[in-house]
Order: sequence, then structure tokens, then C-alpha cells
Amino acid sequence: MAEGSDLGSNPGLGSDPGLGNDAGLGNDQGLEMAMGRMLQIGVTVAALVVLSGGVLYLKQFGGAQPDYRHFHGAPAGLASVDGILSGMSQFDPQSVIAFGILLLIATPICRVIFGVVGFALLRDRFYAGVSAAVLGILLFSFFLRR
Amino acid sequence: MSNLYFSLALFGTSILAGFLGAMTGLGGGVVIVPALCLLFKVDLHYALGASLVSVIATSSGAAAAYVREGFSNIRIGMFLEVATTLGALLGAYLTAKVSGNWIGVIFGVVLLYSAWTSVHEHDARPADHPPDPLAMRLNLRGTYPVGDHKEAYVGEHVPAAFGIMFGAGTLSGLLGIGSGAVKVLAMDQAMKLPFKVSTTTSNFMIGVTAAASAGFYLSRGYILPGLAMPVMLGVLVGSLVGSRLLVVARVKTIRIAFVVVIGALGIEMIFNGATGRL
Repeated sequence: MAEGSDLGSNPGLGSDPGLGNDAGLGNDQGLEMAMGRMLQIGVTVAALVVLSGGVLYLKQFGGAQPDYRHFHGAPAGLASVDGILSGMSQFDPQSVIAFGILLLIATPICRVIFGVVGFALLRDRFYAGVSAAVLGILLFSFFLRR
Repeated sequence: MSNLYFSLALFGTSILAGFLGAMTGLGGGVVIVPALCLLFKVDLHYALGASLVSVIATSSGAAAAYVREGFSNIRIGMFLEVATTLGALLGAYLTAKVSGNWIGVIFGVVLLYSAWTSVHEHDARPADHPPDPLAMRLNLRGTYPVGDHKEAYVGEHVPAAFGIMFGAGTLSGLLGIGSGAVKVLAMDQAMKLPFKVSTTTSNFMIGVTAAASAGFYLSRGYILPGLAMPVMLGVLVGSLVGSRLLVVARVKTIRIAFVVVIGALGIEMIFNGATGRL
């Protein structure tokens, strides 16, 4: 999270004092920039992992005919974080794709973590709390099964 | 069709969906589910999983471009995300309880609604009355660039917007979409935010909302890596190209064509759901 260091230093678009807005807007812009950059990096890395898993997958199973017409549910090894990580260690192509998808899901969650930290640095307690509540809901959704 | 050709066909279709979704601002996810179900005969729940993944990818992918413009409001976004993520939990829970045919009918109605709103788009007018006290207390305000200067805005009707956002989140979790059209409704119509602020803030929120249903989708086995891979990559490529071109060209004909496609898919989803084919 090296991005955190420039949260306060980026004057961004909000540096115009003549509009009667709060002085913190310049910092808001910095926080927003940091979030945007993080999302961009996250989605790029996730897409590259999915792509490399996809190439492996089609090399190995390109001739197969998977049944997508009827719902069976993904195999247990691809339906949990633990399962995907253990499949990853064996270079199972579908687990590599699923790992990329996990990275992708983690990207907006990281944005909310940025919110908690960023608003705390801006001394905006209320919005640090709001961000923490959103983070709590997201984490709850991962620990709640069915 | 072998897996390789199936994946390539899916990849191509997803590029087109992402491209048109970005051009029209409706997002590619809204046509992925009907395209997978109706054209590729994929099971509805697998289609929801693949679509949800592509929705997160487009939301995050577009964020970089939007941040540079300086329209999105992180406080308003974060505040309303409390409502959308709670709604998404409910929606994702409901996917296992509501029958596929009902989901299809609801999906069709949302498609028709999205088609309608994208034709009837308009700017929210700034209010002449004193600023909403609740919005001031919650700091739901900001400025946005207009030409070479900046204009201030304050949100309105905060409880109504919060409620609509809960509904948007529920639809997102139930249908595996971003429900950008409903999110914009809450911010544009209820809160009276400037249109550009609504659309860019909504885009930011879509990824977080979708992430809240992703845990359910994963543990229930809706997300098949082999199926989600070409869809996610295709929609991502298509939407990146589409949002670049959007800056260059105003494309009314493409927009109308896409609205017609969405409307037709909506009617077909309702028909298939009502006749028990999903």
C-alpha cells in the first residue's frame, strides 16, 4: 500500500478555495486517485492470471464438451477459497482461473479497506466507520455459507 | 461444439456485449445473462456466476478513466454501499430460494426498464431550496467540474435513495448484474445529483456491491472457471475499447440499436420464464 503516502499530497481538482467547500476535498481527490489506481492494478493482475489459466485450460480441455446446460454446481475444490488455493499449488488450470477470479473479487474489497484507512487519515471518523461497516458486510458474506 | 470453439464464440459475444454496454452506459452484464441462457443454452445459475464476475471486472476496469475526470463522489458512494451490499446479501440468498423461471421474469422486467431509462435520460436540475439538513450532516455533497469552473451540489431525499439502493443491491445479487440503471435512479432522481456524478459514482459502487454476492455465488458453485474465463476477459476488452471510443464519437444509432436488443432480450426472458423454460 505504497499509494497511501500520497493521499495528502495530491491537490487534485479540489484545490480551488473560492467555492466555499471544505478544505479536505483536495485530500479526497488524492484518496480517490489512490483507489482508482489500485482498482486498475488489481483488475490487470486478475485478468492476466485468468488469461494464463485460460490458456492452460484450453490446451488441456479444449476438445472436451463440458455440460453447462444442467446445473450441477462447481466441483467442491472450486467452490471455496481453500479448495482453489490447494488446486493452485498443483497448477490445476481451473484453479488458476478461479484464483484470478478471487483476485478480481478482492479488488473492490481492497478499495473499501483503502476507504477505512484513507478516511481515518483524513480524520473523518464517520466515513471511516461507514467504510468499516461496508467491509464488515463484505467479510460476513464470505464467512456465511448458504 | 468443442470447448475451444465454445469459448471463442463466448469470448466474441462478450466483447460485443462489453463494447455496447460501455457505449451506452448500461454495462455489459445486463446482456450477458440473457445471451448465455438464450443463445448458448447455459443454465441460468451458471450464467449468473459468469455475469457477476464480468460485472466486477468492468466496474474496476472503468474506474481509472472515471477518477481522472473528477466526477465521482467517494463519500456518497461509500454511504450508499452500506445499502447496496446489504441488499446484495439478500439477493444472493434469494437466488437459491426463488425458481429460475421467476428470476428470468424479473430479469426481463429489469431489462425493459433499463432500455426505457436509457432512452429517457435527462439531467437533474439544481435545487433552489435550502440544502437538505440530513445530507449536510452526513456530508453527502461535493463539487464537479463544469467547463473551467466547479459547481457545488448537495444530495436530497437521503432515506429514499438509501431504500432504492437496497433494492438495487438486491437485484444485483439476485440477477448477477450491476443494476447501474437502478443505482443511477437513486442518485439522479431521488438525490438530484448531477448526472455525471451519478453515473461515475454508480460505476464505482457496482464492483463493491457485486463483491458482496460473490461469496455466496462461489460457495454455491455458480462460478465455473471455464465458463467465466472467456466471458470476463471478453467483457473487459469490449468495455475498455468502448469507453475509449465513447470519448471520440457520439453514437446515437448504436445506442438505439442496443436498446432494441435489450428490449427484445427482456421480452424473450419474460416469455421463457413465464412458460417455464429456464
